[in-house]
Amino acid sequence: MLKRYNISQDIIVLAILLFIAPFFFQNDFIYEIAIVSLLNALICVGLNMLMGYAGQVSLGHGAFAGLGGYIAVILSSNYGISPLFSIFIAIVTMAIFAFIISKPILKLRGHYLAMATLGVGIIISIVLNVEDELTGGSDGMSVDSFSVFGYEFTDSLQWYILCAVLLIFTIWMFKNLINSPFGRVLKSIEGSQKAANSVGINVSHYKSVVFVISVVIATLAGSLYAFFSGFISPSEASFSHSIELVVMVVLGGLGRVYGAIIGAVILTILPQLLTSFEDYQTLIYGAIIIFVMMFMPKGIASLFDDIKRRLFAQNK
Amino acid sequence: MLKIENLSCNYRQIIALSDVSLHINRGEIVSLIGANGAGKTTLLRAISGLQNTKKGKIYFEGSDIAKLESHDIAKLGIVQIPEGRGLFSILSVEENLRLGAYIRSDKDVQNDIEKIYIQFPILKEKRKEYAGTLSGGQQQMVAVGRALMSRPKLLLLDEPSMGLAPIVVEEIFRAIKELRDKGTTIFIVEQNAFLALSITDRAYVLENGKIVMSGNSNELLRDERVKEAYLGA
Repeated sequence: MLKRYNISQDIIVLAILLFIAPFFFQNDFIYEIAIVSLLNALICVGLNMLMGYAGQVSLGHGAFAGLGGYIAVILSSNYGISPLFSIFIAIVTMAIFAFIISKPILKLRGHYLAMATLGVGIIISIVLNVEDELTGGSDGMSVDSFSVFGYEFTDSLQWYILCAVLLIFTIWMFKNLINSPFGRVLKSIEGSQKAANSVGINVSHYKSVVFVISVVIATLAGSLYAFFSGFISPSEASFSHSIELVVMVVLGGLGRVYGAIIGAVILTILPQLLTSFEDYQTLIYGAIIIFVMMFMPKGIASLFDDIKRRLFAQNK
Repeated sequence: MLKIENLSCNYRQIIALSDVSLHINRGEIVSLIGANGAGKTTLLRAISGLQNTKKGKIYFEGSDIAKLESHDIAKLGIVQIPEGRGLFSILSVEENLRLGAYIRSDKDVQNDIEKIYIQFPILKEKRKEYAGTLSGGQQQMVAVGRALMSRPKLLLLDEPSMGLAPIVVEEIFRAIKELRDKGTTIFIVEQNAFLALSITDRAYVLENGKIVMSGNSNELLRDERVKEAYLGA
């Protein structure tokens, strides 16, 4: 019982923080960064489930988000399907796609799994570049505005609220899932695939399911990003975006629900502060990963644990 | 109960097991002893379906399981405690035990957990703690307990003594013996030949992937060749 109470408590704190934040946003630029942070955080929550709980690394989630976004955009801009329904079709398509590729890919482990997801991601990115009749090629394509049942999303505050609500909802689902029998199975896979198999868990099935869930979340975020920015280009699906997402999860803390948000926010803001270093962005990300792995392998979220423990020890 | 016929396994070009045949009768406790790299773990992995076999058959209660997936083999009642225990370290002790009962659908699970707490009282004390924070001996108890939760017909143990203090090893082996007395069939792979031979009914000796000797454990304990090669006498 106590555990449940705690869960709703953190989510309420998150909701309050997200609600207060806009009062400090002075202009559209800050809104934009906030919205992109929220969408990246959304992808990271799903990716974290795959990496931090099921123990599977994916270097293709940027590409999955990008491809999902393209599907939604092409359906709505070229075929006049309503944005909401386009996103829905994109999600279903990507879920099927993820399920099919998960079967061979998730048989691999460690570096080989990372290489395979990397390969799929690069193929997606090449296809998006080459199929220019459909995708506009490397120039990208513009996207119609986003509306839900006739209600148009025009200003930044609307987008901010939409993304914040989605993020809170996803985290709420995620927390419930992680503390359910399904979540225990995931944690067992992270602990030992062999042992999980030998107590009768169909490990490859569960890995597929988590992979599909994480791709679905990425598709949702990728599509919303395209509608929000009014533009989509293959760079959304690029390798560097995939790496960025992995770095966000690792920096925030593998297997930490709120770690993904912290990582996403920091790494969305950081490039804005370092615009003059743009050419070295990937280098900086590499350095961050090495630094985190060496000095705080449990990510930034673990620092809060340390602080909490120290405060608690002092109170004693 | 378990019958292995002419089993061979390779890792690429390297032969790990060649023409291994053995059998385990219901209610028996049998060990497989041998030096490092003899192929002991490979054999256990093959039984559990974690290792592809090249040729040969593995019969469990009359049906060939050599080609089944590992989780399906677990459902038939063969449960392995892997080398290094393979605990689910970010789950609590009790959650580990509960996952051991993953394939069961009956209502007796809580009862069985209580039974395991009676056998290993320390686990009751630590039941809310993460399994990863326990000492080596306590982790081995969790691993044994988790395996028992599935009510296995055949329990496979891979090096249960590895990395444990002698006094803890004694406790674990006492527990293993009690299990046998309650009717579980057990197959132990163990590098510590003396320990293995002293609690088992029969044993096989594996050398370079081949079974070179087999017989009653008591007799093997007195056998000059075994003494020289494995008992350090």
